[in-house]
Order: sequence, then structure tokens, then C-alpha cells
Amino acid sequence: MGVSVRIDRVSKSFGKKQVLKDINLEIEEGMIYGFIGPSGAGKTTLVKLIVGIHAPDTGTITVLNKKVPDMDLFRDIGYMAQSDALYHDLTGLENLKFFASLYNLSKKEQKERIEYAAGLVKLNDDLKRRVSVYSGGMKRRLSLAIALIQDPKILILDEPTVGIDPELRVGVWNELKRLRDEEGKTILITTHVMDEAEKCDYIGMVRDGTIIARGTPAELKERYGAESLDEVFLKAGRSDK
Amino acid sequence: MRTAAIIKRICIEMMRDKRSMALLFIAPVFILTLMYFFFNGEPTDPRLGVVHIEDSLVQILEEQEMEVIPFEKGDKDTVLAEDLDALLVYENGAYKLILENSDPSLANTINLKVNQSIAAQIRAKLAGQLGINLEMDENLVVKEYIYGDADSGYFDILGTIFVGFFVFFFVFLLSGISLLKERTSGTLERLMATPVRRWELLTAYLAGYGVFAVIQTLIVVTYSVTVLDVVLVGSIGHVIIINLLLAFVALTIGMFLSTFASSEFQMVQFIPVVVIPQILFVGIIPLEWMADWLQVFAKFMPVHYAANALKEVMYKGEGLHAITGDLLALVVFIVVFIILNLLSLRRYRRG
Repeated sequence: MGVSVRIDRVSKSFGKKQVLKDINLEIEEGMIYGFIGPSGAGKTTLVKLIVGIHAPDTGTITVLNKKVPDMDLFRDIGYMAQSDALYHDLTGLENLKFFASLYNLSKKEQKERIEYAAGLVKLNDDLKRRVSVYSGGMKRRLSLAIALIQDPKILILDEPTVGIDPELRVGVWNELKRLRDEEGKTILITTHVMDEAEKCDYIGMVRDGTIIARGTPAELKERYGAESLDEVFLKAGRSDK
Repeated sequence: MRTAAIIKRICIEMMRDKRSMALLFIAPVFILTLMYFFFNGEPTDPRLGVVHIEDSLVQILEEQEMEVIPFEKGDKDTVLAEDLDALLVYENGAYKLILENSDPSLANTINLKVNQSIAAQIRAKLAGQLGINLEMDENLVVKEYIYGDADSGYFDILGTIFVGFFVFFFVFLLSGISLLKERTSGTLERLMATPVRRWELLTAYLAGYGVFAVIQTLIVVTYSVTVLDVVLVGSIGHVIIINLLLAFVALTIGMFLSTFASSEFQMVQFIPVVVIPQILFVGIIPLEWMADWLQVFAKFMPVHYAANALKEVMYKGEGLHAITGDLLALVVFIVVFIILNLLSLRRYRRG
């Protein structure tokens, strides 16, 4: 297995506030990597740096052996932002079509990908409706479908399951696992729900702009002698100080 | 083609936003129509009360287009009670004019007319005593007009100027708010995570909103010329070129300023700062009357150049050669703001 994402001594500040401090990280191909931590810890910023929509102040990020930012990489990364970046005056289908057309897919490919992505998040019946009448959960699902539209090698999902009902959440997770196992995709997700963290292959616990602990869920629990990841997080936070 | 996809999206969004469409196409027509009636209205005759005024003078006053109402006696209270604009009293061998003066320009006019009438009456009396005919020939002075004609009204000049101003104002508002919506909803950032290049994005915005600016320009210009009868001596093609360039200036300025707003309200706050001052420099008040440092300001006002060019073409009937400088100035504005927009998009990513 190769390395999909490599982060090398990356720091980032917004004004006087330092959001990320000297982050070093390697994410292997074909795994689900979770960034866990409270809101404001810097998860979203880290994710945006990897996607390439913001530049780090210092350090370098390499994705699929290409230094970020690289225009070719945008095709390989499917990004789902934390805020639903959707066009509310358009229908779900029009949103999907619009983003699909930015990747120069053929008409046939476009149709297939839209059908697949919409089916995955169970939005087929609502595709003809405007996004402005969608519920919060439906908007999240549409955002997820858009992230999958160009069949990217890497999925970067910022809080993908917020506002999605439990049944569908299970469905989404099963699909993420299938994408990893059958299509060898690398998936990066951020979450602050610890039971979701359990489902990741590897976890980076983020607090105050640094990664305070990392490892597989089992490793982490063993290392800190903890019953749950919640406990790991608390103990790791304490030892960090 | 990514640019085409973005243009298509902008068009769909715009067509669905009925209010914005109304703002863009109906609002300028509505305001221009109001202005037309406002400036072309026939003023009503001022009401002048008179006390102890000879009939011969009353006759002259009435010829001066004033409604003359005689009173036995009168003072300030009469003016207010009878809703008069002025009261002319003759007592102890002298005239006294009481002016209501809630509208100073009307008061000035009445003052002037009354003085002329009294002078005319004295002249007529003298002529009568000397036995000579002092009838003035109306056509003693023959008038020739270089631009326009005897019927040219205030609205002919103002109409041409405001056609440009409205194009600027509404396109500015539309592009500013639309871009702001893209920023606050996160879609602009999301676009930055796709292979779209910054110049593709900018081209698409210019073309997408440009389409609507073109339609607006066509509607406003056609309506002003055909329905409102604004003079158009020069070519309508030139008028459209001027307005289009101005629309693109508004588009690029609106897009750029949306970077500095974090809400729709903050975007609206730019109107008194960026848009309103432009009206002052369009030529309603001649530039030559302004202090030198103010004239320098005009050089930074895109609407100033457009209004100048519109006046040359619509009112004076000049061709391209007369407006090349103004058009060039507009192009400079566009280029500068396109560069600024490209730079501001860099805060997301390069390329």
C-alpha cells in the first residue's frame, strides 16, 4: 500500500490565531482515516489544506505524490464541505449535473455517475425538487453525492453524517466501507461523534491545532487503558498537558 | 466546457429569481417613467394676491402667467389663510411684496416677474405720455440652437444621463449580491475544490451576468428612446456600446466589493459610498462649477465617463471619435477590476 496523503510540518494561522501547529501525518491508500476532535480544534482547516483550497503558511502537503496545490488533483479528490455548498435555486439534479459538468465527464458517464450518487444517498425521488425545499439531512446527502460525482480516488468528507437519520447513516457507512474495500478508495472524514470514530481504520485526535494521539481505535484504547474513545480523548488530552 | 456550465447555471438561477429579474428589467423603466413625468410636468401658475393694484398692472401680471387674486386689504396672514404664493400691496406710493417662500426658487421667479411687470407698466405709461409705440416684437431676436432645439427640456439631458446611471446601479447591485451569496453559502469555496480555473470562473460570471446586463440595456435604451421620447440624435448602436461597457464596470466592481461584505446588508452599505456619489458627477451640476479638487474626483467615477459619452451621442449626435476617450476610460476600469478580482480569488488558491 502506498501513501495517499503526506503532511509535512504544516502550520496555518488566520490573523493572530494559530489554527494548526506543526502537523505531521501520513495517510495510507485504501483506508478510512478519521479526524476526531471538538469543534474549533482545526479539523476543517486541516481538511481544506489537504483539498488545496487554502494554502498552508509553512510546510508541505503531498497528495498522490503531487504537491498540493495541483490543478490535476482536484479531479482525484471528492470534497464534501462542512457547510452545504449548494445552489438553492436549482434542483438536486441540476446541482449534480452542474458539478458533473465541471469534470469534463461524457454525457453517458455523467448520467451513470448521477444515478449512482443519487441512489447511494437515496435522493432519486427528490432530484426534481429545488434544494431550497430540502431538509437539512437531504442537503447533507446531496453534498455527499456531489463529492462522489467524478469518481475520485480520495474522498474528503467534513462531518458527512451530521443531520442524517440513523438508518441512512448506517447505509452511508456501509457504502464508504465498500468503496474502500472494492474500489480501493482512500477516505478521510472528520467527526466529533466518537461511535463513528470506532468505524475508522485509523484515527487522528485533533485538539488545539495539534494531533494529540493517533492509531487504530483498538491500539488507542489499549495504549491509554481506556474503555472507549471518549476516554482516550480525555486521557490523551491530559497527558498532552 | 466548464465556463459554459457556469454560465448556464447563472442563467437558470437568474430566471428563477423573479424578484431580481423585476429589479433588473422593470425597476429602471419604472423610475425613468416617473422622472419623465416629474420633469415634463406643466408648472401651475403661482397664486399672487394683490391689494390696491391698478388694473393695467394686473393685466400685465396675468400676462406673466400668474393667477392674480384681488383683495381689499391684506398682510402676512392673508398669504397663509388664502394659500397664496405671494401678496403684492401698493400703499403710500410704494409697492410691498410679501413672499411665502416655502419654495425659494418659486419665490425668486415671482419676485422677478413682479418687478418686470411694474417696470413694464411704468414703461407703458411713459410711452403713453410721449405718444410713441413701444410694442416689443417677440421675434426681435432670432434664436439658433447648436444642439437640440427650442423644445429641448431638462429631461432630454437628464434622461440620457440616467439611462447610464441605472444600468450601473442595478447591475452593481445584482452582481454584488449574487457573488456575496456564493461566498456566504460556501459554493464559491466549493468551486475552488473543482478543476475550475480562476479565469474560467471570472469569464463565466462576466458572460453570465453580462447577458442580463445586455438585455437590461436594450430594454432601458429602447424604452427611453421610443416611449419616453428621450432625444437620440446619434446611433443607438453607440448608446448600447457605452451602456454595455458601463454594465461590465458595474459587474466587476460589484464582484470585487462583495469580497469586503459579509452580509447582504453590508453590500447595500456600499450604495451610499460607491453609487450615490456617482450621480453628483454625471453632469446634472456642470463639472466646471465644482471646486478643482472635486473635479479630480470625477476622474475616478465610471458613470461620469459614460454620462459624458451618452450626452455626446444621444443629445449632440456625435460619432465614435468624440467618445473614444470616454470608452477607453471605461475599458481601463474593467481591466483594473478584473485583475483585482483575479487577485482576490487567490485567497482560495492559485491557478
